[in-house]
Amino acid sequence: MTGGYEPRSRAAQHHRELRNKKLEETRREHRRLMSRKFTFLAFIIALIIFAVGYIVTLGPLDLSILQVYETLLARFFPSVFSMDDVLEQVVWNIRFPRILGGIFAGFGFGICGCVMQAVLKNPLASPFTLGISSGAHFGVAIAAVFGVALVGGPFLLIANAFAFAMLCSLFIVSLAALKGATSETLILAGIAVNYLFSSLSQLMAYFATDEQLRLMTTWGMGDLSAFSWSKFGLFFVIFAVCTPLLWSKAQDLNLMTIGDDSAKSLGVEANRVRMLTMIVASILVATIVCFTGTIGFVGLVAPHMARMLIGADHRLLIPASGILGAFLLICSDAVAMNIIGPTVIPTGIMTALLGVPFFLYLVLKGKRKEFWQ
Amino acid sequence: MNMKLLVQDLEFAYTSIPVLTGMCLEVPGGSLVSIVGPNGSGKSTLLKCIDRILTPKQGMVAINGKDVLRLERMELAKHMSYVPQSSVRVFPHSVFDVILMGRRPHLGWTSSSEDEERVWDVIDLLGLEEIALAPFTELSGGQQQKALIARALVQETDVMLLDEPTSNLDIWHQLDVMMIVAGLVAGRGITALMAVHDLNMAARFSDRIVMMKDGVIHAAGSPWEVLTPGHIADVYGVEALVQRQDDETPLVVPMRQISRNGARPAYRRMHASPKGGKLSSVL
Repeated sequence: MTGGYEPRSRAAQHHRELRNKKLEETRREHRRLMSRKFTFLAFIIALIIFAVGYIVTLGPLDLSILQVYETLLARFFPSVFSMDDVLEQVVWNIRFPRILGGIFAGFGFGICGCVMQAVLKNPLASPFTLGISSGAHFGVAIAAVFGVALVGGPFLLIANAFAFAMLCSLFIVSLAALKGATSETLILAGIAVNYLFSSLSQLMAYFATDEQLRLMTTWGMGDLSAFSWSKFGLFFVIFAVCTPLLWSKAQDLNLMTIGDDSAKSLGVEANRVRMLTMIVASILVATIVCFTGTIGFVGLVAPHMARMLIGADHRLLIPASGILGAFLLICSDAVAMNIIGPTVIPTGIMTALLGVPFFLYLVLKGKRKEFWQ
Repeated sequence: MNMKLLVQDLEFAYTSIPVLTGMCLEVPGGSLVSIVGPNGSGKSTLLKCIDRILTPKQGMVAINGKDVLRLERMELAKHMSYVPQSSVRVFPHSVFDVILMGRRPHLGWTSSSEDEERVWDVIDLLGLEEIALAPFTELSGGQQQKALIARALVQETDVMLLDEPTSNLDIWHQLDVMMIVAGLVAGRGITALMAVHDLNMAARFSDRIVMMKDGVIHAAGSPWEVLTPGHIADVYGVEALVQRQDDETPLVVPMRQISRNGARPAYRRMHASPKGGKLSSVL
C-alpha cells in the first residue's frame, strides 16, 4: 500500500520530497516518544524500589538503606545474603508488611481507577464513584454498632466490609445488566447507591456510642496498619487473578474510551467488557478497602497523573497508574507515620493532603497535552 | 474486494415504535451509495443496524451472500468498517494511536511493526503527517473526520459505512473527505454506504442514491431518478429547483418550504415572504 502518488512536475516532486521528510521526522519523533515512555516506566519502578528501602529506615531503630535491601534479599537468597535477627524482626515483620500492603493497595486503587475511568468514559470515575467504599463503611458500621458480623474474631470488621462492598457493586452491576450497561446508567446507579449507604452509615453513627463512633470514624479515615503477613494470603491470590485480567483488556479499553459505537464496529463487545471489568475491579477494590478503609483519593488521581505523564494507551497506562498509586500511597503513609513524632496520622488524610497540591500542579501545568511534548 | 452488500427486510425499533421497517437495499461491489433523508428518517440507525452496533429486530445483512449478522463481532469487523459522525473525546489518545485502533480486529494485545507500517501508509495517503502525534482531543472537526476515516482504512475491510462524514465541515474539508471516499471506492474497489445530508454532494459523488422517509425507502436509483422536485417535496416538504450542471449531475436548489407532516412553514408563522428576505415586519 503506497500513496499512489506519482510526481509529475518538478514542483510536485519537490512537494513530495517535503512531505516524505516531514513523515520521516514524525516517525522519528514517534519512536523517541515511545522509548521515553518505557524509560519513564522503568524510572518509576526504580523510584519505588528506592522509596521502599528509604521508608523502612525511618523509625526509632537506626539502619541504612543497604541493610534494608540485604535483609529483604536474605529472605529469598539466604545463601548469598546474611541477616541479623533483630534487623529481620524489625524490617521483615514490623516495617515491611505495612509498606508492602501500601504498595498493593495503592497499585490496586490506581489500576481500578484507571479501568473504571475508561469503561465509564468519565474522568471523575474512581473506585468510590460506585459507592463501593460507602458500602464497606456501612458494613463496618453494622459490625461496630450491633456487633453483628459474618465471621467473628480478628476478621470481624474486614469480612463485613468486604461483604457489603461486594453487595454494593453487585447491586449496581445487576441493575446495569437489567437496564443495559451504558456508562451513564452505571455512574448514576453508583452515585445513588453511594448516597443510600452514606445515609445508612450516618443513621448508625447517630445511634452509636462514643466508642463505636470512634471505631467507625477511624476506619473511615483509612489506615494501612491492618496489614501483617498472616493476612496477606488472600490478598495475593486476588491480586494475582484480577490484575492480569484487567491488563489483558487494555486494547479493548483503548477502543471503549473513543466510544461504544466505535468499539463495537472494531469488534469489541463493549457492554460485556464493561461488565467484566467492573466486576473484577469491584472485587479488587472491595478486597483492598476492607483492609485499609477509605483511601479514595489515590484511585481518582493516580490514573490522571499517569495519563499526563505517559499518554492514554492502556497497555502502558494501567501499570503506570498502579505504580504511581503505590508510590503516592507509601510516600504519604511514610509522612503520616513520621511527621509528628509518635503520633500516626491516618493514611487517608495524609494522602489527600499531599496528593491534592501535587495533582493540582500537574493539572495546571500539563493541561491536556502529554507531558513530554 | 468488490463485495456486494445486501440488506433484506431489516427492522428496528428502540421502543415499540418502529424506526426502520422492511428495509431492502443492495449496494453493488465497488460502488458508492448515499442515503439521504430528513433528520430522524433513520439513516444513522440503518447504518448502525447493518454494522450491528444496534441489534435489528429482524432481517438479514449479507456481504457476497454471507449473512454477517450471525458472525462473531470480531469477525464482522474484518469485513465491515464504520466511520461514526463524531466520537467521544475525553482522554488524550494521539492521532496515531486512534488510527492504530483500526488494526484491532487483526491483532491481539500487541501491535506488530507491520501494523504500525500500515498506519504510517494511511497517514501518508490522507496527508495526516502534521497531526499524527497530536492529541485526538484537540483536532478540528475536519481533522477528526479524516482520522476516523484513516482508522476505518487500516481496518482493511471490503465494506465501509460512513455516517454523515461531511457534517460540521467547511466546504474545503467537505470536498476533501468526499474525494477521499470516492477515491477509495474507485481505486480500491471498496463498497461504501454513506448517510449524507447534502443532496448536492450525494448527487455529485454517488453511483446511486437511496432516499428515506420515516424509516422506509421512499425512492432509490441514480441521482437523476431520486433527486426530482416531486420526491424532494414529498420527503422534505421543500419546493426545489433541480438544474443540470455542466458535468451532467443534478444541482438541487431549495426554494421554499411547503407544509410537512402538518407543520406549517416558518414564513407563514413569521408572516414573511415565502422566499425569505428581510423579516423586518416581525423581528
